[in-house]
Amino acid sequence: MPPSTAAILAPRYWRKPPLIKRAWVRWALGVGTVVYLALALGTIDVNWTRLSEGLPRGARFFAAFFPPNFTGRWNDISDGILESLYMTVAATVIGIVLSIPVGLGAAKNIAPQAVYYFCRGILAVSRSFQEIILAIFFVKLLGFGPLAGMVTLSFATIGFYGKLLAEDIEHTDPSSAEAVRATGAGWLQWINYGVQPQVMPRMIGLALYRFDINFRESAVVGIVGAGGIGATLDTAFNRYEFDSAAAILLIIIAIVMLIEYSSSYVRRWVQ
Amino acid sequence: MATARRNGTLVWHRRAPPAQFAIWLLWAVGAVVFVNCWQLISDKTIWPFVTDAPAQAADLAARMVPPDWASITALWRPMWDTVNMATLGTALAIVLAVPVAYCAARNTTPSTVMVRPVALFIIVASRSINALIWALMLVTIIGPGVLAGIFAIALRSIGFCAKLLYEAIEEIDEGQVEAVRATGASGAQVTTFGIVPQVLPAFAGVSVFRWDINIRESTVLGLVGAGGIGLPLNAAITTLAWTRVSLILLIILATVIVSEWISAKVRHAII
Repeated sequence: MPPSTAAILAPRYWRKPPLIKRAWVRWALGVGTVVYLALALGTIDVNWTRLSEGLPRGARFFAAFFPPNFTGRWNDISDGILESLYMTVAATVIGIVLSIPVGLGAAKNIAPQAVYYFCRGILAVSRSFQEIILAIFFVKLLGFGPLAGMVTLSFATIGFYGKLLAEDIEHTDPSSAEAVRATGAGWLQWINYGVQPQVMPRMIGLALYRFDINFRESAVVGIVGAGGIGATLDTAFNRYEFDSAAAILLIIIAIVMLIEYSSSYVRRWVQ
Repeated sequence: MATARRNGTLVWHRRAPPAQFAIWLLWAVGAVVFVNCWQLISDKTIWPFVTDAPAQAADLAARMVPPDWASITALWRPMWDTVNMATLGTALAIVLAVPVAYCAARNTTPSTVMVRPVALFIIVASRSINALIWALMLVTIIGPGVLAGIFAIALRSIGFCAKLLYEAIEEIDEGQVEAVRATGASGAQVTTFGIVPQVLPAFAGVSVFRWDINIRESTVLGLVGAGGIGLPLNAAITTLAWTRVSLILLIILATVIVSEWISAKVRHAII
């Protein structure tokens, strides 16, 4: 039956299709969000008097940052930055070297079941704890100084890099690895010629990214005594030398920008 | 293809000699840098502290078992605060990251010369400074407590969310945007119907991913007074209550694994 004239002439509206198609899921999510927000915001005790006192104090605090004082503590700052860089380089290298066996073991298509679960366990533990918590323990065990920071960052690198390596190996093309195996290659040759070339370009990019992360983290592990620029920064805060602290933060930002820029350049060159 | 003649027969090589030599040279330079860094770290290390580390570790481990299950009732509230800091901080960060990303993406920014560099600087500054350092500053301004933690998490996450979001905006299909514009839509309508639907899945994925990271970050903010599970952790470590420390670590481990599972499920459902 053809539609009646009225139906054709009636104004028609178009509505944007919703992101979540099932209506009840949409409603449940909405109601859940509101209930959660009410609960969460209700349990924050905000001390409004403290806050209103704090705002002018915050303005003075930020005013104390300007102008950044690069020269006053320059020796401490440059020592801290260099120490951070040493820690970052050493930790990235050691972490990546150690993460290769773990990553190989955590790839489902290479490792036997028992090894797979063991390596996945290492990755889960290493990824779960924030660098600071790890640093507290390594400082307790190894004493104050950059060694504890380096071990912390290496351990954190294993979790990050090992997991991504394992996932990348799982996504490799099995046929080229099989072709290498068909030539009668041994296990090491199989990994080196069948798997390694497939994951290498992405892994170089990730190594640079991890270097960047390690540098940023090296700026905080110092707060708990693990060396690097974080120790200098913490001292600057404790002495209320906010102009020096501002200088340190600006240097960190500049170095991170530099690493990011050069790593995007290297990545383009590798891929 | 690179080959070499050995005893009169052609042998296959992966690379031509000059390329192989350049790669070896790069490795050698890398090794020198690494050894140098290691030397500088080792100079600053007090080795007697390191050599007795295994004994220390065994001692610490013995003091940490069994976990002090009785004190778990006092830990629910800090854990709830930790999750709230991560969730509310992420929500706040997303709200603030959207305009920054809009200004940073090449195809939507109002001005590439004036606005885009400012947006990019906000992104880098927010990413370079760790949540712990933000918390250190915010505790001074607005006082210790969950609120400082929420703002610290939010300030740290703006850069991350905005960076991934503006990359998603730059990758959209311009055809659809042009089609919407061709119907005579205004600028706001072009954004809502041409751009938003294309980036919404990426946007949801990024927020859940950052939420998962923030759960981990918010566990340590208590160390500088910003609320959450870090406060009892710090108290337990300073009072040497190791059985309670191990309980807190177990709770953190469980929470992080659950949040990672949720985040992976949600991202899997969206993408």
